[in-house]
Amino acid sequence: MSDSSSEENEDTTWVFYRDRPEWKDIEPLSQDDGVDVPVVEIAYSEKFKDVYDYFRAVVQQNEQSERALQLTEDAVKLNAANYTVWQYRRNILKSLNKDLWEEMKFAEKMINQNPKNYQVWHHRKVLVEELNDASKELYLTEIMLAQDAKNYHAWQHRQWAIKTYKLFDDELNYVDELLIQDIRNNSAWNQRYFVINNTTGFTKEVIEKETDYTLKKIEIAKENESAWNYLRGILLHDERGLSKNTEVSKFCENLYTSGCHSPFLIAMIVDMCDENVSKKHNDPNFSLERALNLCDDLATKYDIIRKKYWEYFANVLKEKAEGKVSP
Amino acid sequence: MAVPLKDIEIKEEYPKTLLLEKHIKFIKQYGQSENDFEYGMTDYLRVSGMYWGLTALELVDKLDSLPKEEVIGFIQKCQDPETGGISACIDHDPHLLHTLSAVQILCIYNRIDAIDVEGVIKYVASLQLPDGSFTGDKWGEVDTRFSFCAVATLSLLKRLNAINVDKAVEFVKSCMNFDGGFGSRPKSESHAGLIYCCLGFLSVTGRLDIVEQDTLAWWLCERQLSSGGLNGRPEKLPDVCYSWWVLSSLSIIGRLHWISSETLKRFILACQDTESGGFADRPGDIPDPFHTLFGLAALSLLGFGDIKQVNPTYCMPQYVIDRLQLKPQVLK
Ligand SMILES: [Zn+2]
Repeated sequence: MSDSSSEENEDTTWVFYRDRPEWKDIEPLSQDDGVDVPVVEIAYSEKFKDVYDYFRAVVQQNEQSERALQLTEDAVKLNAANYTVWQYRRNILKSLNKDLWEEMKFAEKMINQNPKNYQVWHHRKVLVEELNDASKELYLTEIMLAQDAKNYHAWQHRQWAIKTYKLFDDELNYVDELLIQDIRNNSAWNQRYFVINNTTGFTKEVIEKETDYTLKKIEIAKENESAWNYLRGILLHDERGLSKNTEVSKFCENLYTSGCHSPFLIAMIVDMCDENVSKKHNDPNFSLERALNLCDDLATKYDIIRKKYWEYFANVLKEKAEGKVSP
Repeated sequence: MAVPLKDIEIKEEYPKTLLLEKHIKFIKQYGQSENDFEYGMTDYLRVSGMYWGLTALELVDKLDSLPKEEVIGFIQKCQDPETGGISACIDHDPHLLHTLSAVQILCIYNRIDAIDVEGVIKYVASLQLPDGSFTGDKWGEVDTRFSFCAVATLSLLKRLNAINVDKAVEFVKSCMNFDGGFGSRPKSESHAGLIYCCLGFLSVTGRLDIVEQDTLAWWLCERQLSSGGLNGRPEKLPDVCYSWWVLSSLSIIGRLHWISSETLKRFILACQDTESGGFADRPGDIPDPFHTLFGLAALSLLGFGDIKQVNPTYCMPQYVIDRLQLKPQVLK
């Protein structure tokens, strides 16, 4: 936890609250943590115990002061997930009428140190709402996503800020950039869907443009689950269904003929055949036979770990063709 | 040439059998040694920590090795008389996650009378927002996790009618994505942990009809990697806790048989710590009670005879759910 050198420096100069003259008037309050219950017990460091004993004392007296604010800072630094401390800190910020832009900097620092912690992100969100200003949120989340492009908290915060404060304008460019860096970034693909869904919607033109974009990406990485999923996502909005989009079906057939055996490609062709069988289009018997062969290939050669799934799918197809289940 | 997926390698020296006695010892002693300091420091998750440890022990029939009355007494002290909610630790603020954990523990002990049940119900109901969603505490962070916690808690207390269930369903439904999965909020990325929460929610409320069964099941099956382990999102590493969330989700929608259970078993067993006992997220990492519970629970769903049957919706022993006469919905 404390592997950074700055924290070590802090530690060498650390003075216990119990040794600080300005805190002499406060009687520390120990945690009643049920230590007599030996189930998943708690071991406390001395520093941790000292800070939290004073924190509890301050809360009990509801002291709203500069020194209490400083104490909450030490307390969240020791445990950023303690939501009680954060809430108490917000109360103090309010009653002392503190500059919330200063607090934004502190929140950023805490997010940097605890990027996967719910409470630090929540704190940031409350501050943005109080200030009614999200102008720094895209920047902040970009920094965090540069460290971990799939950080769920960062994406959640970014989506919230974009939607609440209408910051859609440059978002597709940003997504583009991320996909150039890592074409398999599922979060970025999801963000692409989020932006389009909240702006233009999936009109005929958008579907065409997005299909184009996605097929180009698939060409680069043919086993990329995220891109294939996104393609399915946009085609759900295409009234023609999967098999009647000639651009997609041609693309898939060419890819297959060229020798590509990506399970996602074959699964897509299977679904196109399935659609033909269900809708009794384009020689359903041929489609059925082809789909069954492909399912067998997937189960025995290209996606063996999901053998049971492909066997099940083949069975459903057969039953469908025999008219046992409704399409 | 395809870029290899992110995965781990199951090495020959990793454990292949269930080290039951070691896990019992691991849970019983957890937090008593200085080495567990960093994890143990986290008093903010104490009640949930107890739920992980106690449920793990009960699944291997060793719950009586812990002092029942002391645990119950501790939970009583964690209930906030004002709001009715239960906190992670005495004098902390109540939170829905710990409220559920506490109710789960008391149901396992068959001692729900030990707390103010009406208070809990009032607390859970107070966290529902007009759009049907739930926050985890009174300061309001919305997440589908909390929708699950709310209905799971209320159903264990037989009081689902204390909230607006239809509205709650509407919100969860709005978090469904085109891949059949669910995220934390509308249009958030699908995520196996949140899919479990949403399916658990729909199972409790009997509304699994809104699920795109086979689309979702396929997405969930795609989480299985060559090592046998399951990840939570595309391109992430496999993890024991995600193995549980994916497995229980598949179980709820009746598609457990779609994944390769032999390789998954091999992966989960490989995550055991042969020295200290307990399960880690991945082979060779440090074990903890959280992954130990989910490792054991996943093995139970895979039919391990030495472990009691677990209920996939509640992650509690099945006999407790039967005793409460609860019948969470599952799909065929
Ligand atoms: Zn995990």
